[in-house]
Amino acid sequence: MKQYFSEIYTGGKSLVEGLGVTFKALFQPIVTVQYPREEIDITPNYRGHIDLVLDPEKNTFLCISCGMCEKSCPSDCIKIQGKKLEGEKKKTLVLFELDFTKCSLCGTCVEVCPNDALEFSQEYNLAAFSREAFHFDILKRLEERRT
Amino acid sequence: METISILPPELIRMLIAAIIIISFLFLNAIMMGYLERKIAGHVQRRPGPMEVGFHGILQMVVDGVKLLGKELLIPFNVDRTLFRVAPLLSFTPVILPLLVIPFSEKLQARDLSLGLIFIVSMGSVNVMALLVAGWGSNNKYSMFGAMRAVAQSIAFEIPILLSMLAVVLMCNTFSLKEIVGAQQKIWFVFLQPVAFLIYLIAGVAETNRAPFDLPEAESELTAGFHTEYSGMGFSLFFIGEYTNMFIVASVATVLFLGGWHGPNLPYGEYLGIVWFFLKVYFLLFLLIMIRWTYPRVRFDQLLNFAWKYLVPFSLVNILITAVLVKL
Amino acid sequence: MLESDFQKKNRFFLNMGPQHPSTHGVLLIVLEMSGEYVLDPQPVLGFVHRMHEKMAESRPCVGFMPNTARMDYVCALPYNHGYVSLIERKAGIEVPERAEYIRVITSELNRVASHLLWLGAYLLDLGAFTPILYGFDDREHILDILEDITGSRLTYCYYRFGGVSRDIDDKFVASTRAFIKRLRERFVIYEKLVTKNIIFIKRTENIGVVSPDMALRYGMTGPNLRGSGIAYDVRKNEPYSVYPEFDFEIPVGSQGDCLDRYMVRIREMEQSLRIIEQALDRLPEGPVRAKVPKNIKLSPGDCNFAVEAARGELSYYLVGDGTSTPYRLKVRVPSYSNLSCLPELGRGILLPDLVSILGSFDLVIPEMDR
Repeated sequence: MKQYFSEIYTGGKSLVEGLGVTFKALFQPIVTVQYPREEIDITPNYRGHIDLVLDPEKNTFLCISCGMCEKSCPSDCIKIQGKKLEGEKKKTLVLFELDFTKCSLCGTCVEVCPNDALEFSQEYNLAAFSREAFHFDILKRLEERRT
Repeated sequence: METISILPPELIRMLIAAIIIISFLFLNAIMMGYLERKIAGHVQRRPGPMEVGFHGILQMVVDGVKLLGKELLIPFNVDRTLFRVAPLLSFTPVILPLLVIPFSEKLQARDLSLGLIFIVSMGSVNVMALLVAGWGSNNKYSMFGAMRAVAQSIAFEIPILLSMLAVVLMCNTFSLKEIVGAQQKIWFVFLQPVAFLIYLIAGVAETNRAPFDLPEAESELTAGFHTEYSGMGFSLFFIGEYTNMFIVASVATVLFLGGWHGPNLPYGEYLGIVWFFLKVYFLLFLLIMIRWTYPRVRFDQLLNFAWKYLVPFSLVNILITAVLVKL
Repeated sequence: MLESDFQKKNRFFLNMGPQHPSTHGVLLIVLEMSGEYVLDPQPVLGFVHRMHEKMAESRPCVGFMPNTARMDYVCALPYNHGYVSLIERKAGIEVPERAEYIRVITSELNRVASHLLWLGAYLLDLGAFTPILYGFDDREHILDILEDITGSRLTYCYYRFGGVSRDIDDKFVASTRAFIKRLRERFVIYEKLVTKNIIFIKRTENIGVVSPDMALRYGMTGPNLRGSGIAYDVRKNEPYSVYPEFDFEIPVGSQGDCLDRYMVRIREMEQSLRIIEQALDRLPEGPVRAKVPKNIKLSPGDCNFAVEAARGELSYYLVGDGTSTPYRLKVRVPSYSNLSCLPELGRGILLPDLVSILGSFDLVIPEMDR
């Protein structure tokens, strides 16, 4: 009999306390950032898709077309082509394609590159209408960034 | 010149009142829907509807237009008449109790001398609508929801009646206008706090709101008895539920919180409606907060709660009231 | 449970189908029911099978790293940890001490994030709509902290053979300490809103009682086993990494019902915070990555490594054949064994109780199906 009433008392008290918690939360500021009207700064360490590093002195890429990134990618999404131009001893990069629909952002290509020629971009709001829009031409992106 | 009236003036008055009340119902559903979503948002630390209109005021209007435009799907192999009738059956009986509620001293559609019993009887028809919806959907999940709804509604009608009886014992009348009139000196909530609490809890259970929303338990039964309804059918259930909540809150206000009594206003006989709505919306705010705070009770625990806790307390309450009134 | 004659004749099958708000993932449970009572639940798996173990056989062991995070995406770092430690044990690679400390800190942070998500999802199954958003609010802070050093928010690929890929800085330490302080205040809110709530207690007390004998028979591990009273935790019984240096307790329940499993997980979160604090205090200086050959050749023979994931004991088993591609990699996931006791446990219970039990087991279906 005593348990009947004590259960009612503790139960009722717990219900009122719970209501107090939500009532207090009613007046606290909202946590949501209403994107796209407000934006958050993205950390520079964020892993977007890879980009070629632009060397500020030489104003070109650092890639030597060794193909290590292409070989070590577990998802086979990088395609590289280097051509030996006239009068040059080493190969220059002609084609660098990234199939972003397969990339898993593991970072193996960035680490394995002997010249540190790859870095992560900070693109986080990519959207497109077709799958082909995500077959990035990284060399062209570098050309656009060149001054 | 003598005016010839085709209809008796009393009937015209009632017709106008009925039209005003029905249009008020839709407005109330819109307001309550918006209020619920905003309060739910802020309790969860998010903004709620914000896009349409200033802070999302027009959201419910846009939702209504969307629901009107949807195709009324009728699933394969259902009982067509029952399937179509269920939303109408859920929406119509909840309009009638609003005709007897005194919004203010002179604003009442019709004052029946058995007003209270009329309201309770209309509430029982709601059960049938749920059962028809669940059976007519040809869906096991809906049938689950319907069966639970029947047991729940029948079990919780008794505490409602018993707590109302406590107030009736004090006033000697079933007419709502006289009950409000008898609360001029002191509201009944101070004389009968237990009955007020029991009435509110049982009212929440009657309208199938959380934490007693087993018929439409979203995470177990994927929307229960109204799984198969789309478009306007769904929104009729929706509006019916909000109107039911409004009726529960307004009957609680009339019986316990003193109806339209409040500090004096000019044109007090008509503007008493302002105090009435303030009290009703305070109770609705409480109901909305309860929904977004507590988890759901299990089905047999619900019936346990009704029979083992609410009924004994309300019986003892009536006994004490009867003894004290006689003295 | 008493069955009427009508109910005995009219048993029916209900599909708690692949799409359901309460099965956490794509899981089909075929329920034979009579009235509201479940007679025989039979889970059907395999809807999310993505052939991760086959992928391990067709690429060098370095290339399997992203897959480990995708198996259980809610608590991905212990999966990373297990695989990396397995290859290190096989090839005999030494890990610098600072890297081990960083691994422990990030794994425990991920465990707290996983338990916060479980808390919210469990209460959503029971019908309370707000604790999930409070849990996600706290979890956002952890995700922001981990994003700053690993670069990803959910499927981390942070550990490497021989250490971690990037060092932590003062910003990480400061924000972690601030987060620990904040979470300890938020635990009070959870206690008031959920743990003491009488409706919640009634939904979870004495429901789904798993006896210690049944738990051992089915091979359950993790908080489910500890809720039944057996104090088995891989971090204490087969210590790995630098866990022997920390001072923490293993919370144990007494009865094995849903409430005990819930309390074990809440207290585990508090113990994880203790471990993180001790690790931050004792963080040594040094390199974060050892020198590792570019092509790791796996010697012939087998090897095994077990870690404590958020859901139980996770172990990897590797058979090498001399090349850098494994011959066979087997992943023993905790959710598979945790679910397997459902047919015996779920006889003659009510449907809402089944939902409550499933929620308290903390299943993640993609890790079950791999």
